[in-house]
Amino acid sequence: MIDFFYQILWTLDATLRVATPLILCAMAGIFSERSGIVDISLEGKLLSGAFVAAAIAAVTGSAWLGLFGAIGASVLMSLLHGFATITHRGDQVVSGLAINILASGLTVILGIALFKRGGQTPTLASDERFRPQELWFVDLMDNIPILGPIYRELISGHSLLVYVALLCVPLASFILYRSRFGLRLRAVGEVPIAVDSAGVSVTWLRYRALIVGGVFCGIAGAYLSISHGANFVREMSAGKGYIALAAVIFGNWRPVRAFMACLMFGFLDAITSRLQGVDLPLIGEIPAQLMLALPYILTILLLSGFIGRPSPPAAIGKPYIK
Amino acid sequence: MSNVKPLPRWADLLLLPLINLCAAFFICGIVVWMIGENPIEALSVMIKGAFYYPGSLGYTLNYTTNFMFTGLAVATAFHAGLFNIGGEGQAYVSSLGIVFVIAVFAPFLPALLVILLCIPAAAIMGGVWAFIPGYLQAKRGSHVVITTIMFNFLAFALMVWLLAGPLLERGQQSPQTPKIPDNAILPKMETALGWFGMDIASSPLNLSFIVALVASFIFWILIWKTRLGYQIRTVGKNQDAAHYAGINVSRIIIITMMISGAFAGLLAVNAVMGVQHRVVLNYTAGYGFTGIAVALMGRNHPIGIFFASLLFGALFQGGAELDFEFQSITRDMVLLIQGMIILFSGALAYMFSPSLSRVITGLSRKEASHD
Amino acid sequence: MTASSNTTSGESAASFALELQKISKSFGLVQANKDIDLRIEKGTIHGIIGENGAGKSTLMNILYGLHRADSGDMFIDGKPAKIKGSADALSLGIGMVHQHFMLIPRFTVLENVMLGSEGGALLGAGRVATAQRLQELGQTFDMVVDPDALVSDLNVGMRQRVEILKALKSGANILILDEPTGVLTPQEATQLFEILDKLRDNGVTVLLITHKLAEIMAITDNVSIMRRGEMVGHRKTSETNPQELAELMVGREVLLNVEKPEANPSDVALSVSGLGCYSSRGHKILDNLNFEVRAGEILGIAGVSGNGQTPLMEVLAGMRKPDEGQFEILGTTITADTHVTPSDMRANGIGHIPEDRHKHGLVLEFEAYENMVLGFHDTSVTGEKRLMDRKHMIAHCAERMEEYDIRPRAPHLPAKNFSGGNQQKIVVAREMYENPKLLIVGEPTRGVDVGAIEFIHKQLIALRDQGCAVVLVSVELDEIMGLSDRIMVMNKGEEVATISGADADAQKLGLMMAGISEGAGA
Repeated sequence: MIDFFYQILWTLDATLRVATPLILCAMAGIFSERSGIVDISLEGKLLSGAFVAAAIAAVTGSAWLGLFGAIGASVLMSLLHGFATITHRGDQVVSGLAINILASGLTVILGIALFKRGGQTPTLASDERFRPQELWFVDLMDNIPILGPIYRELISGHSLLVYVALLCVPLASFILYRSRFGLRLRAVGEVPIAVDSAGVSVTWLRYRALIVGGVFCGIAGAYLSISHGANFVREMSAGKGYIALAAVIFGNWRPVRAFMACLMFGFLDAITSRLQGVDLPLIGEIPAQLMLALPYILTILLLSGFIGRPSPPAAIGKPYIK
Repeated sequence: MSNVKPLPRWADLLLLPLINLCAAFFICGIVVWMIGENPIEALSVMIKGAFYYPGSLGYTLNYTTNFMFTGLAVATAFHAGLFNIGGEGQAYVSSLGIVFVIAVFAPFLPALLVILLCIPAAAIMGGVWAFIPGYLQAKRGSHVVITTIMFNFLAFALMVWLLAGPLLERGQQSPQTPKIPDNAILPKMETALGWFGMDIASSPLNLSFIVALVASFIFWILIWKTRLGYQIRTVGKNQDAAHYAGINVSRIIIITMMISGAFAGLLAVNAVMGVQHRVVLNYTAGYGFTGIAVALMGRNHPIGIFFASLLFGALFQGGAELDFEFQSITRDMVLLIQGMIILFSGALAYMFSPSLSRVITGLSRKEASHD
Repeated sequence: MTASSNTTSGESAASFALELQKISKSFGLVQANKDIDLRIEKGTIHGIIGENGAGKSTLMNILYGLHRADSGDMFIDGKPAKIKGSADALSLGIGMVHQHFMLIPRFTVLENVMLGSEGGALLGAGRVATAQRLQELGQTFDMVVDPDALVSDLNVGMRQRVEILKALKSGANILILDEPTGVLTPQEATQLFEILDKLRDNGVTVLLITHKLAEIMAITDNVSIMRRGEMVGHRKTSETNPQELAELMVGREVLLNVEKPEANPSDVALSVSGLGCYSSRGHKILDNLNFEVRAGEILGIAGVSGNGQTPLMEVLAGMRKPDEGQFEILGTTITADTHVTPSDMRANGIGHIPEDRHKHGLVLEFEAYENMVLGFHDTSVTGEKRLMDRKHMIAHCAERMEEYDIRPRAPHLPAKNFSGGNQQKIVVAREMYENPKLLIVGEPTRGVDVGAIEFIHKQLIALRDQGCAVVLVSVELDEIMGLSDRIMVMNKGEEVATISGADADAQKLGLMMAGISEGAGA
């Protein structure tokens, strides 16, 4: 029984770890898409963030510089996306795709040029990364049954970036629904001409939305390579940007719901590795591929209106032309 | 007049794409230069690798074959205003059609018939995989861009499971099927030309190249000559007008997606029956995405698609050569070039249009004043 | 023709809320505004009247900063004003109520009103202040709106109030209304005029853009008349009359002078009984319609736009299924359960000139010859072969261009490069070619030049005289009265009355369009 309890705790703990980059990318996706810009470039931003974080941390030895570098790189990608889709009104899907392919090429090319390790970056020492941190009073809480282990195993002991990701959800929600920027951002994704005629620049507003998204993706990238992992490996984003996009859709373009979707997708991932090779009673062994495909299947079902009705921003995907 | 005139047709069809291509190469050249290598040298290594060495042209054309299939797939969907990002998954799953035909018919049918059955089977399987996103777009309004992305991942998951499980070759560690029987193998081009007494260097190039050429011709007839093509293009340009004209928009969307998937599915003919002679893991290798670049560059026209495929074929083949000749640049350079080309000839396609137009107007005005 | 301005350029008398001098604007080769002079007195309602396409909306968009004028000067309260964007216009106290409302359906009234002037980086304080201001404004001008209601739940009239409140809230003292009654019921329009009166009484200057004479006469103090991008006259409303205004608007005495011989109705071509339709949101948009159209007559359908004409035409053309009742069209009975497509209808002998040629009638990117077979791609106009016969289609197009005088005679020119009149002729030529037995026509001359209008009208009469039944929908009363043998007036999806064309006059029709059927003799 105790064993089972810990199994659950560890699975949830792993869920949180897997979900962290998803959460950050999903928040990025929400900002971008609520402003009316399709963002399949989450993947590319995540990847470039991961690379730059690991590269800078390896060269300077500072995790913090790595983080800021990652944010910078990811924001740069956002600006490129904006340049193509806002300034030049290019197709948003095409631009996003280009950025993803660019990122997967560029990270490896630069990785080889800088470190000569076939695209990987050197393994970072412990103090060059964001390491798991014990929160306060862990030892004290240990004495409390149930809550103690929950606090130690699940709540405490994550890297700073996990807590940042968790904080980003209420933050994103607050910005979207309680701030002037958020009001305008939501408006520009629905009826951009209304924003324009209210005397607010559609262009600048959308650029800002993309920049905010870039910051989130940058943090997510840094988490991958200098917190969760200890170096950059080629293609290490491994489709997480797309899963995050699925979470955005699943969450109906709302931060808290998208967060839940990320947790669910993270949980599926975590439980898949736990169930690997386990014969379940009645069902037998569930193929890992089925579990990994579940987020996509669920999203497709949702998009098709079989579970709920998605309501995307009205102006999404359409360049604004006066 | 402050208004910019539209570009003349020749400039729009030839000059502008060429300028975009140059811009993409220029940026990549800067990256090479920043890494400390000579971009001109890198380019010449790639050109040599793609065309010069014996057999290299065959390799290049083999890549070209793949890109023609996926390029035609993307272009078909584009004509109906749909963005099929799922070429990758459709091309992957389509091998199941071939596996099925081989399992059922190969034991007793002669080679020609098996091959002639396998080709449509691959196309049909690709079409089936594209049918669902098409159906969901047409009937349930879920955007085909997102669903085809999801279907790529589903295809990967499905194929990994099949190749590592039910279809795994006995005693094999790496996920792949057994070798296909000889009567399902497409002859290599060197063999085929040998029948006519021609002698060319050995390469993976096989008769699926001919299939690709035929597919291009079918595409051209379909889009510009048939009533179905007319309906597809009408739906692509103006769905309301299509409805007014009595065109069943949902039906056309579904059919178009299936045709698109069928073109992508033909990739399996080359990969499975022509080159690998078995279904291996990840044989699509991103070609479905390259098809997007090909369609964008080729302006959704079969001739443009052929040349764009040739360009990308040369890039992929020449890019492999980079690994041997350089310390610090590898075939990953091709990804960068590909990304840049999608960016410049896709998302930024008309960035240079106003300035180019001004230049052309300026030149023609000068000419006029000389007269 | 242009009214001369007696101040020299560069200054303006302060008693004018707004003054324009020599404003010009062109889009490509089209001169939308040419040397426009305009002066608006403070605290008045000033009307600007002109036909569709006269350049009114362009002028207002320049005023509001959505377009930039190519040349000319603008003065607000006597001071030179440069308006580069809507932000400038707002800060100068210009507010605009657009023809198509710029509201966000998913936002509440409050959020919509706040947008652009939120009063701080966070919304909390601004929400309270805006709600309070809304209430004040609502009381002052008699426009109470629930601030927490979702805009998507409001009806058109209420949405317009929100737009007005939005403008007033951001401090507008010059309010521009662009065709504000186009989508309103007569009652809503009356309420709007009451509001405008109140605004004037409180010192707001109102600029009313419209193409409806009655509105100008009813509510304005002064009126300026535009035609073909130019200002052709300024009048005090009390010193002019509809006749004079109409003449100035169209530039000639009578708009319509089509020779129309007596109609010769024969067999019933279309017989509608109990026809009803619901919108996707469940509102009744067609309600128990019963009428007949005979071969050889034109039935005009009059009404304020949005009163069911569009769905009626769509149902008749097979583009939409009826939900109730049935109709018999050229011998085929169609009910809610009949599976019928626009192609079936065409095959049955029905032609359809749609209201909106850009949305439905043409594929603008397609070349003219491809548009000439739109909807007929399965018939012999595309050739008899299995594949479409391009040569045949081009020859067919060239013949139609000759016959209908479509210029330029270029089958390869994309449809978007033809003028409005010639685009419409492409549609007309296509729909008339197969000699339809029933022709459904929507707004046949919207955005079409005068020459083409006459031509199209003549074609319609000629077709009627060949024994075709014609259903003509138009919001232009002149057109309806000039062409129709009988006129059915629609309001809220219902038939108000049907009268004979000879009995119709604008006043009578106007009353009926408002839903008042008394005094209608059939």
